[in-house]
Amino acid sequence: MGFEQFEIQLIASVVAAACAIPGVFLVLRSMAMMSDAISHAILLGIVLAFFVIPDISSPLLIIGAALSGVLTVSLVELLNKTRLVKEDASIGLVFPVLFSIGVILIARYAWNVHLDVHAVLLGELAFAPFDRLIIFGNDIGPKSLYVMGTILIINLFFISLFYKEIKIATFDAGLAAALGFSPGLIHYGLMSLVSVTAVGAFDAVGSILVVALMIAPPAAAYLLTDNLTKMILISVVLGVISSISGFWLAIFLDANIAGAMATMAGVLFVLVFLFAPDRGIIAIARRRSHQRWEFAGKMLAIHLLNHEGTQDEERESQIQHLEENLRWKESFARRVVHYSANNGFLLVNDDRLVLTTRGREYAKESIVDN
Amino acid sequence: MDLGALFYDLFFDYTLRTVALGSAVLGIVSGALGAYAVLRKQSLLGDAMSHAALPGIAIAFLLTGSKASLVLILGAAIAGWIGTLFIMSIVRLTRIKFDSALGLVLSVFFGFGLVLLTIIQKMPNANQAGLDKFLFGQAAALLERDVITMSILGSIAIITMMVFWKEFKLLSFDPDFGATLGFPMRLLDILLTTLIVLAIVLGLQTVGVVLMSAMIVAPAAAARQWTDRLGTMVFLSSIFGALAGIVGALLSSSIQRLPTGPTIVLCISAIVIVSLFFAPRRGLVWNWIRVRRNRGRLHIEAILEDLYSLASAHDNPEHAHSIAVLRLMSSGKGGVDKSLKTLEEQGYVRSVNSDQWALTKAGVEQAQNLMKIREGNN
Repeated sequence: MGFEQFEIQLIASVVAAACAIPGVFLVLRSMAMMSDAISHAILLGIVLAFFVIPDISSPLLIIGAALSGVLTVSLVELLNKTRLVKEDASIGLVFPVLFSIGVILIARYAWNVHLDVHAVLLGELAFAPFDRLIIFGNDIGPKSLYVMGTILIINLFFISLFYKEIKIATFDAGLAAALGFSPGLIHYGLMSLVSVTAVGAFDAVGSILVVALMIAPPAAAYLLTDNLTKMILISVVLGVISSISGFWLAIFLDANIAGAMATMAGVLFVLVFLFAPDRGIIAIARRRSHQRWEFAGKMLAIHLLNHEGTQDEERESQIQHLEENLRWKESFARRVVHYSANNGFLLVNDDRLVLTTRGREYAKESIVDN
Repeated sequence: MDLGALFYDLFFDYTLRTVALGSAVLGIVSGALGAYAVLRKQSLLGDAMSHAALPGIAIAFLLTGSKASLVLILGAAIAGWIGTLFIMSIVRLTRIKFDSALGLVLSVFFGFGLVLLTIIQKMPNANQAGLDKFLFGQAAALLERDVITMSILGSIAIITMMVFWKEFKLLSFDPDFGATLGFPMRLLDILLTTLIVLAIVLGLQTVGVVLMSAMIVAPAAAARQWTDRLGTMVFLSSIFGALAGIVGALLSSSIQRLPTGPTIVLCISAIVIVSLFFAPRRGLVWNWIRVRRNRGRLHIEAILEDLYSLASAHDNPEHAHSIAVLRLMSSGKGGVDKSLKTLEEQGYVRSVNSDQWALTKAGVEQAQNLMKIREGNN
């Protein structure tokens, strides 16, 4: 593994971590599409700032461009306030305009410089190690590593400083407002973090991967835990895994690195979606099928208990009778009987069902429970 | 640019005619079906669908090696459809919300599409050139057979929409009511979603995957401002879409280095802005005028009532009072003179001398009427 490859993976991991932290709150606050809007709209900010400061990793350019992200958020809210269009439509109206202006400006005036439309979407991670930060003549590493490292530290700093405020505002906006935390301030603060992160990540990975890294790892983490701190940690870990595995996928396929990272983020999400212990769809399916048998077993036990010692007992405890009485198909009835017999609730005697003591207790408990 | 020559070329120049026709078809179809997407609060679904279509285009090319628009459009439609299916299942099966599911599918599918595109670009096959025009669209590259394909598929979409007009109306405004009437709402939902996917993929060649969502949202959002009727809205939305499509595509093919997708988006956004400001009744300007007019009317009524209540303290209801008192009663807010002038023109008050005002007979009646109405309201 060359040193450059190591550096690319390091940069990608820092980007993933920096994106995952604000991403968690976007997912929790149902504002995921805002990241899409911001990551597109900052293109305009980057282009305009680039005309003033032609250095894509200058901190001034990043702040200038991040302002366009905040501008997007305010425009969306302004449009919402007119109540002429619905909220989702106003997001869908605002960012294409800003993005279009950005693309046209690039195509017309900046087509021969570092910025080009493909770099915007794809990013140029493969070239990131070539842009070195040189201080007093010493090469101390790739520039974008320092840029993204700083943004990661800013994100960590703000989130840990205002952790409980953001937490309350996220989970109980009403309470937060009642306690005197301005919801607007928290909203715009968070959106500023998203904008700064998106601008910083933009150069390395392009606008689409910003969205992938902000949404996919937190969405997966959301299925794995109920604890906010753990969710942030898991998101960061999943983001870093997507970056590194995406890098190797790209090397293997000789394809675009940012795209491969987004793909791996998606693959990780699908794995979590399927196999998450409590909320994965396999766990859900198993729980549902388990509940189905459990419920049917209870029904059967209660049914038998009801008729125990009555004159109908002979007839009611026939397996064949269940079809008529409980509207069970015969095959299903046999499987329920099998399940109940396995659990020791009843004994099968020539197609007649007899509750065991345990089954009787079980039925009584079930009735009391309800 | 000479407008006359442009119009001449529009009808007789092959490229320009093809471009204009293709963009018109795109605008009509996306405008009409976008109306439903916007009404059903699915504006951003269009964004996700169009991004999700990218891997479909790449896979269709990888499998067939063909760049015929029918093949690519089908690939795009299938991928867009699968993306939508993913979004729906994520929302239905987990606690992840709609917006996160959208962002997830949008970015992951698009990223995967980019991976495939870069792989295709490195293939030793000269035929691959030009697939990346699907990112931002390239109207000038439209061929006559592309336009024919687009027109046929677009007509199918529009005719289906008209056949199921009342069902889709029910679905958009009151799906529960539709279900109680016995309509298969789930099937209709799937059909409408399919039509929207179709509308999106038709425009990909011209506008590109990144900005196609705007062609779904913007014409409909503009048309919504002008009317409250679904039929009118769908019609206007198609017109706006077609207009923006034609103007944008023509600009982009006649001016160098003006990418098509963004140009069309700017055209349609201009229509949106005009609609938001100037549409009658709903528009911001009309709203502003209405607020001002109401404020003025309320102020005039307040002055009239103030004069009346002052005069009631005397035996003569037409007793004159100083303007200073009226100013005091309207709690220091300006505009007392202006309102008195208006009242004088209406014949409700008369000035006794320079700063003394009195009600006329008609003014007394009017003030009594106003107070009666107010009491009625209380």
